[in-house]
Parts: sequence; structure tokens; C-alpha cells
Amino acid sequence: MTRLIANGKTYELKDLDPATPLLWVLRDSLGLLGTKFGCGIGQCGACTVHLNDAPVRSCLLPLSAVADQKITTIEGLASNGQLHPLQQAWIEQDVPQCGYCQAGQLMSAAALLKQKKKPSDADIDSAMSGNICRCGTYLRIRAAIHSAAGNHSTGESTIASGGISHE
Amino acid sequence: MNKLLVNAARDDAEIQALMSGVLGESSTVSRRQFLKLAGLAGGGLVLAFYFGDSQEAVAQTSTDFAPNGFVQVRTSGEIIIFSKCPEIGQGIKTAFGLIIAEELDADWQRVQVKQAAVNPAVYGRQGAGGSTSIPSNWDQLRQAGAMARRMLVSAAALEWNIPEADCRTQSSKVLSKDGRSLGYGELATKAARLPVPDVNSLKLKARSDYQLLGKRYTGVDNHQIVTGQPLFGVDTQLPGMVYASYTKCPAFGGKVAKANLDAIKKLPGVIDAFVVEGTGLAIEVVSGVAIIASSTWAAFSAKKQLQIEWDETKASKDSSAEFIARAQALAEKTGSQTLRLTGDVDTALKNAAKQVSAFYAYPHAAHATLEPQNCTAWFHDGRMELWSPTQQADSSLALIAKVTGLPLDKITVHQTRVGGGFGRRLMNDYACEAAVIAREFAKRQNAPVKLTWTREDDLSHDFYRVAGFHSLTGGVDAEGKLSAWRDHFITFTADGEKPVSGGNIDLEEFPALLVSNFHLTQSLLNSATPAGPWRAPRSNSIAFAVQCFLHELSVAAKRDHKQFLLDLLGEPRWFMPGNIRSLNTERAAAVIKLATEKAGWGKKLKKGHGLGLAFHFSHAGHVAGVAEVSVDKNKKLNIIRVVMAADVGPIINLSGAETQVQGAVIDALSLMFAQQITLEKGRVQEVNFDQYPLLRMPHAPLVEAHFIESHYSPTGLGEPALPPLAPAIGNAIFAATGERVRTLPLTKSGFSLS
Repeated sequence: MTRLIANGKTYELKDLDPATPLLWVLRDSLGLLGTKFGCGIGQCGACTVHLNDAPVRSCLLPLSAVADQKITTIEGLASNGQLHPLQQAWIEQDVPQCGYCQAGQLMSAAALLKQKKKPSDADIDSAMSGNICRCGTYLRIRAAIHSAAGNHSTGESTIASGGISHE
Repeated sequence: MNKLLVNAARDDAEIQALMSGVLGESSTVSRRQFLKLAGLAGGGLVLAFYFGDSQEAVAQTSTDFAPNGFVQVRTSGEIIIFSKCPEIGQGIKTAFGLIIAEELDADWQRVQVKQAAVNPAVYGRQGAGGSTSIPSNWDQLRQAGAMARRMLVSAAALEWNIPEADCRTQSSKVLSKDGRSLGYGELATKAARLPVPDVNSLKLKARSDYQLLGKRYTGVDNHQIVTGQPLFGVDTQLPGMVYASYTKCPAFGGKVAKANLDAIKKLPGVIDAFVVEGTGLAIEVVSGVAIIASSTWAAFSAKKQLQIEWDETKASKDSSAEFIARAQALAEKTGSQTLRLTGDVDTALKNAAKQVSAFYAYPHAAHATLEPQNCTAWFHDGRMELWSPTQQADSSLALIAKVTGLPLDKITVHQTRVGGGFGRRLMNDYACEAAVIAREFAKRQNAPVKLTWTREDDLSHDFYRVAGFHSLTGGVDAEGKLSAWRDHFITFTADGEKPVSGGNIDLEEFPALLVSNFHLTQSLLNSATPAGPWRAPRSNSIAFAVQCFLHELSVAAKRDHKQFLLDLLGEPRWFMPGNIRSLNTERAAAVIKLATEKAGWGKKLKKGHGLGLAFHFSHAGHVAGVAEVSVDKNKKLNIIRVVMAADVGPIINLSGAETQVQGAVIDALSLMFAQQITLEKGRVQEVNFDQYPLLRMPHAPLVEAHFIESHYSPTGLGEPALPPLAPAIGNAIFAATGERVRTLPLTKSGFSLS
């Protein structure tokens, strides 16, 4: 039996191969489907989660290496019903296109802001270089990180009006 | 079943039931009919509309009649709009909602946009491709909104006993001249009792009256995306679901001769393993081994233990190196097939003040959607039900029927959000595989089967953007104007007769219409590698060759490239007036002028810096781009800024339009910089992102998007901003260094990005 602590909840996992990557435990065993599979070799960052507040690629991390440690996924990024400032900025800056990579992008960005409250463009580039966005939303990701950090606008205008979403 | 799917299923069932009731009642419905539907839970006004005779529509399996929409005004005041086309990241779900909401004068804050059920008999075409969703649905969506608005106004006028002319609408309310007001929700039930007016009596808004369109809106699914809700195909979860992998021959067309199925079945988590023969067609199902397991990981792990002996007697032997050698040999001559011939190229070349010849080449490329191909299929109660991240759910129905042998009315496809399309998911091979595997597995167990491809499967079994070669000769006359053009286009064929999908050249591809002495010939190389449309098909590669070559000619003539292009465009002309998919030189010239103006064309630059300009017309979009680059002595390329100017008519959602342009630029740069699929012994050599690199954030240039919102009707923007980027960069590199790049990707010429 392995104990996993994800988003503050403890899960007792039985009959799982300890070599199973965390990604598949999250997705197939726990039903936490926000963390995405993109490449399986740690190249695309779609599977990024936090292990003890640090960003990791869950597609390469075996269950045995994460037992009893603090894991945060995209589903746990908001707290007490309040969106994380990055999630809010992502909505306002209208970052997503297809949206598939964005959970991983947000987790990398959240880890960056924990390390550095006011990151520079270079800090952002460095922290985000492990996350591929196939649609090319990089400029808006950068703008949204600056916006969430309270940095001055980098020239990208805020997208203010409208915005409705549905179940 | 997760919340999303429960809701989707409920909405689907509700709408389908309502629609089938209506269709059943009326055997002859005139074209472009609007229908009211009654009996939806909660009441209110529900408008459906469709084209064509209903009986014919129900029976029809092909998808060639015009699209449809669906509007619902609830008594609560909520307005629900169903978006019939797939959302693949192009922002259509938001755009469709906005178009209807505009004509309806709806309060956008209280509009919900939902994915429509897949039912071509009701909705018509439900695909996403060719940047056609906006132009094909523009009139109909506006009519839907206007119809609902008109009926709500009629209801209010009756309620107040005043003429309709004394009513106006605003933000989901009808207002009377004397200051009374009723919300749409309050009027919904009354409106639903009124007859549906003739669609031809509707007056659509003038552009100057728009309240919503043209501003910035965030995507309707953004909240769900940033909170990690299960929206995508691969997120499908159903009770009792099992997980599948599928392994095909790495050489296209190879078949399973023998496989270690017994050993595989003994592996942990494996439930079953079997050989699938398939139909042998890449767009359906080709031979392979299916593994059914208790988790994706178990299915993937077992896949690695597979030992398959392939029968490759009929498999592809394609070799990229050989293709290049053959194309180079062919380049010396003109092609055997003449595709277009105007004027007298030989004489014009003889009389030219300058003549230039060049050979351009680009490689095969993969789509690499970030969500790998996947589909969940469940064969139960004699029916096949699929959850599919597809660009063409409608056309998948007939394919699923074919490969499963089931009648069409036993097939249901649920459209999920799509984690990237780029043309890959116009094919439904993964859905066909899932259906066939699920049907086979259902003989042993009634369980939904989720098939997920690995990234290696995805890059090895794509429908590739084919390589291509252009042997070009051009002439410029004494005035420095383009006087002759010869292009020997070398592409690929599967049948020996016509080019493969996405590998043809449009006979009007720029600059065909503008040169009086023009000769386009073609040669075909036989290939067994699957091919298909890739974002901005044809133009995504051809623009690089033709727009760079035009720059070679303007350089040879010592002309300013902007002026050279404007001269080439000549007087304002619309080649097929009324047809938005034909070149309009006035719009072309305008975007060239705007892009160059915004980019500071002609400004003094430092040594090693250069500006490159390119225009291209594709998918009804007139787009020009200017790239500013610097290149150091180690060929480190820095893209300082890219300025794009586009005319796709009025903008629906400015935020969506800008992000499409920025994304297209980054996609195009990613493609031209390092992406290359190499074939060897019929096999793809680059099978994951370490070998097929996608552009990352540090290399994403600043992109400015400018729009000319002309009076033409709006067209799509998913594709046309992509083609001008590669030639703009190529021309900028030349301006900075004097080195002309004629082969892609850039890494082949020793460039790196700084």
C-alpha cells in the first residue's frame, strides 16, 4: 500500500506497481484529470505538478518516489474557493487557445512565483522553458505571469470585457 | 461518469429528442426553416433552425448541406447558445456565441455557450477546417439571433399592446418608447407561443450598430481550462472503463505476421491482447496489436514488451534522402504535367533585364497536437458510442459505420474539446481504431475502452505535411517589374496520378494571377507515407518558396521589395468579385502598406540586422508580415519583432483574432526553424519532442497583430496568418546577412535561435 497526499487529501493506494508514474496514478487511479499526458519523456511539461512546492514532470516520477510527500495538481491550485492569481490572470489575459498545455504552464508559473515574487522576462523564460505550448500562447503566458505578479504591463493589453463560462 | 459528460449527455439527449419530435411531425420543411421547440425542461423559447428537407436530412449521411444552430432563451433569462463546430483552439465556441448574441442583443454576461450534439441531419456540416467556420456560418448565426430577438420583441409588443416599431432591445431586455421594460426571460414563454416569422423578413444589424462584435472577449471555457476540468477527449472517464494501446508497423502498410500475445496477456494489468486486421486504409484502421489493460500505464508498459514480426512485403520503402536526390535531378527540367500556362515565358525570359533561377526545398512535417490522438469507444446495447477529440465528428460517423459494420443510426459521437487540431484531426483513424477495438473487446466484456496513443505513435503515424520542391526561374523587365515566372513543382503522389492530400498546388496560388507570362509544371514522386492537410495547407510551405523567390527577383532588380510587391499587385482588382476566397489586390496592397508602416520599413538598421517583408493570400485571408531580425557571425538568429497586418473583414473577437495571429507566427517559426520528419526504409525517424522540437518560450518573438476591418464579410483566421511568416524571416535573414536560405528547416543551414 502506498500513501499519496494530493491537494491536501490522503489517498491509500493498493495494487499499484510502485514504478507507475505519478501522472497515471493521478489520472487513472485518482480521477485527477487536469494533469495532462503529452510526451512521456519529460519534454513537454504538460504533466507538471508540484512535489513539495517544486515543479516536477509527473510522467517520469514513479509512485515510489512521491509517497507521503506533498503533491499539488492544477485541481489544488485554487484555495478556499479562490482562484490563484495566475488562474485569474490566465482568464483575464485570455491565454488558452486549445488549452491542453495550460495546466502544466500554470503549475510551472505558480512554482516560479513562489520562488520569485517579481520575476523578470528572463526569469519567466527560464522557468517556463520546459513547457511546450503547441498553439503558441507564450506571449500571453508571459503577460499573465507579469500581471499576476503585479508587474507593469509588458505591452500586452488586458482583455477586459465579457467572459462567461459554463459548467 | 464525470460531471461534464453527464451534462453533455443530458443536453445531447434532450436536444436530440426535441429535434426528432419536430422532424417527425413535419415531412416537408422548406429550406432554411426555423423551428420552435416546446417542452424543454424549465420552459422558455427554443429556436432551432436548419436547411433542407427534414426527411432527406434524417436519411442523409453525407454532410454537404449548410450548417445550423440552436438558441434557447430560458425563463430565468439565461440564454444558451449551442456551438455546432469543434473547438480546437481556434476560439470558435466564443465567436459563434458572440455572433448570435450580437443579433439577439443578449446580455453576454448571461449567455452560456455549449457544444452542440453531433448530428449532421440536424446541424449540417460540423467540422473545423480550412478556416471556414466563420464565413460558412456567418449569415445563419446572425439570422438565428435576429429571429429570436424578433419573436421576443413581438411578445413584448403584444404584452404592452403597442406597435413593434415602438420597441427596441438592449442587453437581454425589450424596452418601449414610453420607458417600460421586460427581460427576455419574462417574455420567453409568450414568445414561444408565437408563429415563427419568415426568415426573409428579418433585418440584420448594420455594422455600426454592433454592441459586442469587434471587442475583446475571453474564451468561454477559460475558467474550466485553468482549473483543470476534464474537457478533452483524453479526459473521458466512464464507469468500468478499460484502457487500450494500439501498435502498428513502423513502416507504413506493414502487417502483423506474428506477435507474442500470450506473453503480453500475462503482464501485470493486462486484460487482453489481440491482433486487429483492419481495413488496411490509413484513414480507417491498419493492421496492429491492441492491448487492453486496467490503466493507461499498464497498456503502455505492455506495449513496450511487444515482439511483433511484421510482414513488410507491401510496406513503404520511402526514403527522404532518395526523394531529395530525385527532386534535384528533376529540377533541371520542366515538369511533365503543365498545370497553368499563360503568355510566353521563354520569350519573356529572353527579353528580361534580369533573370534568376533557384531551387527551394522543404521537408515532411508532423502536426504534433499536444493532446495525443485518443478516443473512447463503448459498444453496448447494439450501439457504438464514442467520445472523440475530432475536427470532423460528422464525417467520422460514416467511417465508424464502415469499420464496425454497424448501421449509421447505431452510432453516436460525442464531440469533446480538442487539444489541438492543425488539420491532424480532420482524419478519424484513432476513432476508427477505438471503435474496432471496443467492438472486438465487447465479445468478452461490456466495457468502454479508452484508446490513447503514445507520442511515439502520434509522430510515427501522422498524415504528414509532405515535403516539396520548387525549381523556379523568374524574369524582371527593364522597369524592374516581374515579367516571367516558371515553377516546376515537385510533389508526391500515392496513386501515380494526382498529388497527395495537402500536397497539391492551387492553380491560383500567388503570384499566378498577377504574372502575364506564367508557367507552372508538376512532377510527382511516388510515396506510401500518409499525407494530409496541415494548418494553411499548401500555402504553409509554398509561400516560403514563392515569396522568398519574389524577393530574390526584387533584389536582382535592385528594387525596394514593398514597391516591387505593390507593382506586382497593380491596380485594385478582385479576381472573382463576390467570392471572398479569391485574391483582391486592393486588400493585399493595404495589408502590405500597413505592415510596413507599423514595422518602420525603410528605417536605418544596425549591421547584422535586417527587415524582411512577405505577403500571402490563403484561406480567404490577405496577410502581410514584416520580420526584424539580427544574425551574428555564428549564425545565431534573433527575431527582434514580427509585425503582421491582416484583412479578414470585420473582427468578431479581437482577443481571439490577436492570439490566432500570434500563435500562427510562433507555429510557423517553430515549423521553419527545426521541424523535419525524415523517412528511412518507410519509417519516421523523429518520434518524440527531443527529436522533433517545438518552439519554446525563450524563443517566442514579440508579435504585433494589426487588422484592417474592411467591409467584406468576415472570414477565418486560424490559418492565413501562418504562410507569410517563413518568407518574411527568410527575406530578413537575407537583408541582414546576404545569405539566401532556400532549404528548410533553418537548422539545416546552421542557424540557431538566440
